[in-house]
Amino acid sequence: MSPVSRGFLGRRRPVEDPSRVPPGQYVTHDFPVLSAGPTPHTPLEEWSFTISGEVAEPVSWTWEEFLGLAAESPTVDIHCVTKWSKLDTSWKGVSVDALLGNVESEAAWLTAWSDGGYTTNLAVEDVTGGKAWVAYEYGGEPLEPEHGGPARLLVPHLYFWKSAKWVRGLTLTRDDEPGFWENYGYNNHGDPWLEQRYQGD
Amino acid sequence: MARAALSGRLSWQFGRVVELVEETARTKSLVLETPARQGHRAGQHVDVRLTAPDGYQAQRSYSIASGPEDEHLVLTVERLVDGEVSPYLVDELRPGDELELRGPIGGYFVWEAALVGPVLMVAGGSGVVPFRAMLRHGAALGSDVPMRLLYSSRALSDVIYGEELMRLAEREPVEVHLTLTREWPDDWAGPRGRIDGPLLDQVAWPPPQRPLIYICGPSGFVEAASQTLVQRGHDPSRIRTERFGPSGQ
Amino acid sequence: MEELDGNAIAGQLVEVFGRDMTRAHGACAHCGTESQLAELVVYPGGPGTVVRCRACGNVAFVFVTVRQTTCIDVAGFALDVIS
Repeated sequence: MSPVSRGFLGRRRPVEDPSRVPPGQYVTHDFPVLSAGPTPHTPLEEWSFTISGEVAEPVSWTWEEFLGLAAESPTVDIHCVTKWSKLDTSWKGVSVDALLGNVESEAAWLTAWSDGGYTTNLAVEDVTGGKAWVAYEYGGEPLEPEHGGPARLLVPHLYFWKSAKWVRGLTLTRDDEPGFWENYGYNNHGDPWLEQRYQGD
Repeated sequence: MARAALSGRLSWQFGRVVELVEETARTKSLVLETPARQGHRAGQHVDVRLTAPDGYQAQRSYSIASGPEDEHLVLTVERLVDGEVSPYLVDELRPGDELELRGPIGGYFVWEAALVGPVLMVAGGSGVVPFRAMLRHGAALGSDVPMRLLYSSRALSDVIYGEELMRLAEREPVEVHLTLTREWPDDWAGPRGRIDGPLLDQVAWPPPQRPLIYICGPSGFVEAASQTLVQRGHDPSRIRTERFGPSGQ
Repeated sequence: MEELDGNAIAGQLVEVFGRDMTRAHGACAHCGTESQLAELVVYPGGPGTVVRCRACGNVAFVFVTVRQTTCIDVAGFALDVIS
């Protein structure tokens, strides 16, 4: 056990509203950039979003078609497993409900996959019912590449590694198949209120 | 899948702060007394770990600024605007405080007199820190290996170890070149602007002399300098880099 | 997050391997490029630390600290010697 460093508190400040901040988290006002790899720069004319896997018929949108889909503008709190939370973040994007409405599927799970090879697994019920979006604007501006632009998944009720940056598609699966961090010991579900950080939490 | 799970084997130890030296408005040197003063190699770093009252910990790596022959271990830390550890080390730490340390660590970004020179050191901002250790080591040994430091700084007021570098450059085999990128005095006769190909051509030994090249600074600086040197014909296997970022483990 | 060099994780490597590994050699399991660990690209600060081949970007290895235990997955990098 390490002794306390006199006067050191870290970047954390007392949480003003505990009902909005899960246990062990601190509130940050900047937007930390965490990446497992280099930032991809896929040209928009080559970008597409695809729903495939356990579906009757895969479906795909170009960037222009995607921008033409009905959009929503959620304002949500986000929670990173590295312990920062950011409150009242505003986004614009297409709800996953609307996207999945275009395919017939019995699958209960899906894998979100991204440019650069990142993946993360989610239960279909965790991304439907108004709980998840594919977002392409943040704070009224196009989503910056370092934060996942042109588009990222936004699943604010789960730890933020589930909100895959640079997302390009959802693959519906019969089983719950661990994604990138889940494969290295992180939790398949990732509920910050239950502190589901690691497998077994 | 090959996995190894092992508990920690390199132990943490304490360094007691003996003195704090203000190098620039944003930079301080921490002079530390360590119990078992094991020798370090010029260019190595240590990991520093801070612990809050509730057990929260933050850890960063800092290059060693002192030479292997110096009495105390010295770290030079620049306060980063949104930093978590550096503002504490620069503003809060007092003589007598204890710091948890691990190291010295690293066998790659290291200079020893036995290495075949000449040596070119390229520093961006506080990337100059490990080079002070190398220059001090060379001076302590009375080494005749030619060493050139090319140091890029925003302004004269941001230059770390300015006077000492000038003194170190009085030794025959050592040259120090300073370029200022944002502000310079009216009578500044040295280079202005970022390190580029022409400046590197002017300062570096030509590629056939196979200088051993060390580059240390922010990621973008190191990337630009190393790419330029490779384009200029320097052998990538003679270039060693140390990038630092705002965060890190 | 900015990219760092392999020497930034020297301390973590010592924790796992018990000695300095930054000069250790190995080959990328994807493209075969040989390098010292210090020459790999490090992405720190996320849920774990991801280390990639500088030539092709393939994941060389990943450190994750789960409940005070550091695990390293080296599936993407063939180390010349693990002693």
